[in-house]
Amino acid sequence: MVEAEALFPVVLDDVSVYRKQTRVLGPLNIRFEQTGCTVLMGPNGAGKTTFLRLLHGLVRPREGKVVWALPPEQTYARQSFVFQTPIVMRRTVQDNIAYPLIVRGAGKRQGRQQADEWIDRVGLAHVAHKDAGVISGGERQKLALARALITAPDVLFLDEPSTNLDGASTRDIEALIQAVVRDGTRVFLATHDLGQARRLADNILFIHHGAILEHAECDAFFDHPATPEARSFLRGDILL
Amino acid sequence: MDSLLAGLWAAIELVVTLDPDLVEITLRSLQVTVTAVVIAAFIGLPLGAWLTLTRFRLRRVTVAVLNALMGLPPVVVGLVLYVLLSRAGPFGVLDLLFTPTAMVIAQIVIVTPIVASLCHQATRELWFLYHDLLISMNTTKWQRIRTLLWDGRRALLTAVLTGFGRAIGEVGAIMIVGGNIDHVTRVLTTAIALEVGKGDFALALGLGLVLIALAVLINLAIHSLSRTEKEGTW
Ligand SMILES: Nc1ncnc2c1ncn2[C@@H]1O[C@H](COP(=O)(O)OP(=O)(O)OP(=O)(O)O)[C@@H](O)[C@H]1O
Ligand SMILES: [Mg+2]
Repeated sequence: MVEAEALFPVVLDDVSVYRKQTRVLGPLNIRFEQTGCTVLMGPNGAGKTTFLRLLHGLVRPREGKVVWALPPEQTYARQSFVFQTPIVMRRTVQDNIAYPLIVRGAGKRQGRQQADEWIDRVGLAHVAHKDAGVISGGERQKLALARALITAPDVLFLDEPSTNLDGASTRDIEALIQAVVRDGTRVFLATHDLGQARRLADNILFIHHGAILEHAECDAFFDHPATPEARSFLRGDILL
Repeated sequence: MDSLLAGLWAAIELVVTLDPDLVEITLRSLQVTVTAVVIAAFIGLPLGAWLTLTRFRLRRVTVAVLNALMGLPPVVVGLVLYVLLSRAGPFGVLDLLFTPTAMVIAQIVIVTPIVASLCHQATRELWFLYHDLLISMNTTKWQRIRTLLWDGRRALLTAVLTGFGRAIGEVGAIMIVGGNIDHVTRVLTTAIALEVGKGDFALALGLGLVLIALAVLINLAIHSLSRTEKEGTW
């Protein structure tokens, strides 16, 4: 993971994202270091997805800059993104998962072999050779996760990766995420699941109306939320 | 009525006994059309996908022109090609007029816009679905084109078959640039036109039966393709 260190820090300098005339995110001033798992929390429409996409370069800021330590062409190739709604390609589950390796120039046989390992790890063996269009919502999410992890990314963005998963699958997936964090992958995860946030987060980013209200250690955030918004969010109140 | 029935009977006999003339004409038809459609697919499919993936100033116009070219009147294609290929024309030296090659060129001109336009529609839908993923994965443009073409292969096969159906039944353009010369450029459609003119209904009907059979086969294939596509099996 020597080269991985060069990717960080990532620095956001007065960054704002607009849709038409409305600012949906920002102004953001924040930097992230190499290690750990940052969990993004906040109500629907707060800007979590937009924030993840911004870091990954899928959304361009109108103001300010997102600066990774390396130039873009080296940066984004070492990142994987799991979208809030899993995108499945019109191929078998196995070929979906092998796809990123094929893109990187691996042979078909080698790609499929490695895909099979990940298929076992996320528990998709029973549908491995089915067309990905017919598998269930939870299976799609596992597919997306396996496809993201197969390239051993240095940075992993997860946008609510377990919304459709049952209890056991959620545990399995969380164990998988914890393992990759231990192995040095930097994880950014958006979730509405407070328990999951507690279990996975090293630090919490609380976003509300496109602004970062809190950036704190996990325990500190849950035990002593600093803002009234975070307090009522944690209580489950409706935020306006 | 009787003569028509007799003609039909004779036609069936020609088909069943594999009449040499009928076989020769059918094979030439297939050869010309298959060649043209294969070449049109090689041009039209990447072109359609490329149009989906590339932003440039005249893209909308290009797509509109392509759609308009889908409805190009074949007779006009034939006429223009005739002028270009005739002795006095700019490509006269190639001596292509009244050869199967000229017919292939005519059909390429007719089929390519169909394939490209249908491919553009199909890949655009797929790109709408895929673009976040493929951009996130840092794919090159060429990889994107190949991925869209491969994952859209059902719809694209349908596009190619549609082009084939248009070409095999086309008569105006190839009549003009091919000349309907016996044993050289005579194909199913031009032969039918000629035999009807001569009053030989038997051969015309026999050729017509072959043509109908081909059309039915193509449509069955298209139908089964679109059904499997809907069922989610690719
Ligand atoms: N393409 C877009 N066009 C217009 N507005 C958008 C677009 N994408 C996002 N927005 C707006 O930006 C805001 C933030 O959206 P975002 O998807 O980042 O929220 P989120 O925190 O991920 O919400 P959720 O918890 O529901 O996933 C929302 O108000 C949304 O309506
Ligand atoms: Mg979201």
